[in-house]
Amino acid sequence: MNNYEPPIFELSGPGKIGANLPRLDVPQAELPQALLRDDGLPGIPELTETEVTRHFTRISQRNFCIDTGMYPLGSCTMKYNPKVHEEAARLPGFAFAHPMQPEAQSQGALELMYGLQNYLAELSGFDQVSLQPAAGAQGEFTGVLVFRAYHLDRGDTERNEILVPDSAHGTNPATAAMVGMKVVEVKSGPRGNCSIEDLKAKLGPHTAGLMLTNPNTLGLFEQNIQEIARLVHEAGGLMYGDGANFNAILGIVKPRDVGFDFMHYNLHKTFTTPHGGGGPGSGAVGCTKELAPYMPAPVADKDGDRYYFRTPEKSIGRVKSFWGNFGMLVRAWAYIRTLGAAGLKEVSDNAVLNANYIRVRLQHVYPVAYDRTCMHEVVLKGQLKEAPQARTLDIAKRLIDYGFHPPTVYFPISVPEALMIEPTETESKRNLDAFCDAMLKIAQEAAEDINILKNAPTTAPVRRLDEVGAARKPILTYDRARFRELRGEHEHATPDDQLTVPSY
Amino acid sequence: MANNTPDNLRYAKTHEWVRVDGDEVTVGISDYAQESLGDVVFVELPSVGRTLAMGEAFGVVESVKAASDVYAPVSGEVTAINEALLDAPETLNSDPYGEGWMLKLRPSDLAGEQEKLLDAAAYSQHVEDEASKH
Repeated sequence: MNNYEPPIFELSGPGKIGANLPRLDVPQAELPQALLRDDGLPGIPELTETEVTRHFTRISQRNFCIDTGMYPLGSCTMKYNPKVHEEAARLPGFAFAHPMQPEAQSQGALELMYGLQNYLAELSGFDQVSLQPAAGAQGEFTGVLVFRAYHLDRGDTERNEILVPDSAHGTNPATAAMVGMKVVEVKSGPRGNCSIEDLKAKLGPHTAGLMLTNPNTLGLFEQNIQEIARLVHEAGGLMYGDGANFNAILGIVKPRDVGFDFMHYNLHKTFTTPHGGGGPGSGAVGCTKELAPYMPAPVADKDGDRYYFRTPEKSIGRVKSFWGNFGMLVRAWAYIRTLGAAGLKEVSDNAVLNANYIRVRLQHVYPVAYDRTCMHEVVLKGQLKEAPQARTLDIAKRLIDYGFHPPTVYFPISVPEALMIEPTETESKRNLDAFCDAMLKIAQEAAEDINILKNAPTTAPVRRLDEVGAARKPILTYDRARFRELRGEHEHATPDDQLTVPSY
Repeated sequence: MANNTPDNLRYAKTHEWVRVDGDEVTVGISDYAQESLGDVVFVELPSVGRTLAMGEAFGVVESVKAASDVYAPVSGEVTAINEALLDAPETLNSDPYGEGWMLKLRPSDLAGEQEKLLDAAAYSQHVEDEASKH
């Protein structure tokens, strides 16, 4: 291991202190014996302030994040998050607002929510938006609940099936199942789109709806979307739009116009609020006026000059406490206002252009899963003609040595050895070229000496992880002896050896 | 395809195999399936006594890459499950047609459904077709 940072317990030494407490001015009392632990746990570590600061600073420097390098994690849209959003979210009027303050004292926050609802409605063509759900998957869950409420309210009680294409995000079937729906899989056709034949075979009187991501998770636009929507509607079902890939079509396609009835927006992807450990997320949802009465409560509304919260008449209820993840709403609002209509369209133009640039530069070495123009992400295969022993995992690990976060691998599962690359619009041509050069270099290395790939990464704090061992026989609790054994160290007798032999 | 596909078994397009033993059938996943999944780390099996329809998902096989449903290749009632797999899922990789069997069924319509299954040659062809699709 390079520069191994031990757990804080291993830096502890008896009697070391990191804080000056005021002098004791009351009689000292011992804790009752019965309350003391005797389970042999390490207890609270004892360290100096310097050690604590260095320990956590070192750990924080291990983070690979969008602020340190390109993060082409397909399907996740790891775009740069402008810092001005942080300033907006920290404005005292927003940051210190209490969600139980009376509406009269929260007019600014309400105005922002009302405005954001309208912007999101405009971008999608929908009539009503709710900002409640805390993530995309919760937006999906909300959508399926709304579908169910709509069908039941019309006395249509037999609709208990949700259709999901085989390329879908795992959250689609998971959320449908959580609502109690039966999940029916629809196959992909030869061009990577949802198969119309299979869809027809699976639609019927039990169909509550189809959940579709467009562009889909193969990074391809579902060109038959209008026919798909017509078929689903004719069968009495509803169209759920998974907005995970909305980043590719902002200002170009309105989901409502192509036949969707409901969608979620990943504010933490498309609208640059932080995610991937920096969260929390926000999975706002939008719908047609037919579904609007069932939307989760509350929604922001306006009466003359006054903003207020309203519960839709047949609402499915709350899906999140208070105002949803309000800080994310401020950031998304700031993003939309900064870019405006023209800027948002440019976001999508460039996201698609960047992905296609990578596709064209790499596809002669890394076979493309579907040979056609892609949208905001491209799915390649880690199957190298010159190095058949190379696996996608090896290529991904070697990219770490070149300073890039690996792309998404082995997803979508319908593509063998998938490498799913999403550069986003916030990478420059220079960065795209550096990434492509690294990918091509890796292919060359694989052909020359496969061990260069099999031994990667060599520059990261840890080398190739034993993923199978970690899944089959995980070590879930801190065990000092086991840690040392794994690191090839012997247990020392001194209580404070880590101070005399610092590991950094 | 270098995968092992024994001649004495029948196969479903979803990569399960069936072996007929008297009035019972044994079910598992093919060599091709285990190799595509990679190292299996978790197996979920149904309870004994459950009735399965042909094509119904009866369990889950999870590898470090992905989790996949496994489907009943024929209809019937579950008479036994391979409990050893729950503790040693790697057996699915090392011996998919032997110790790595998943469950036994008492089929309800074997004569009718068997026709819909593939023999070894047809299954090998199916695997090749699937691979060349991408």
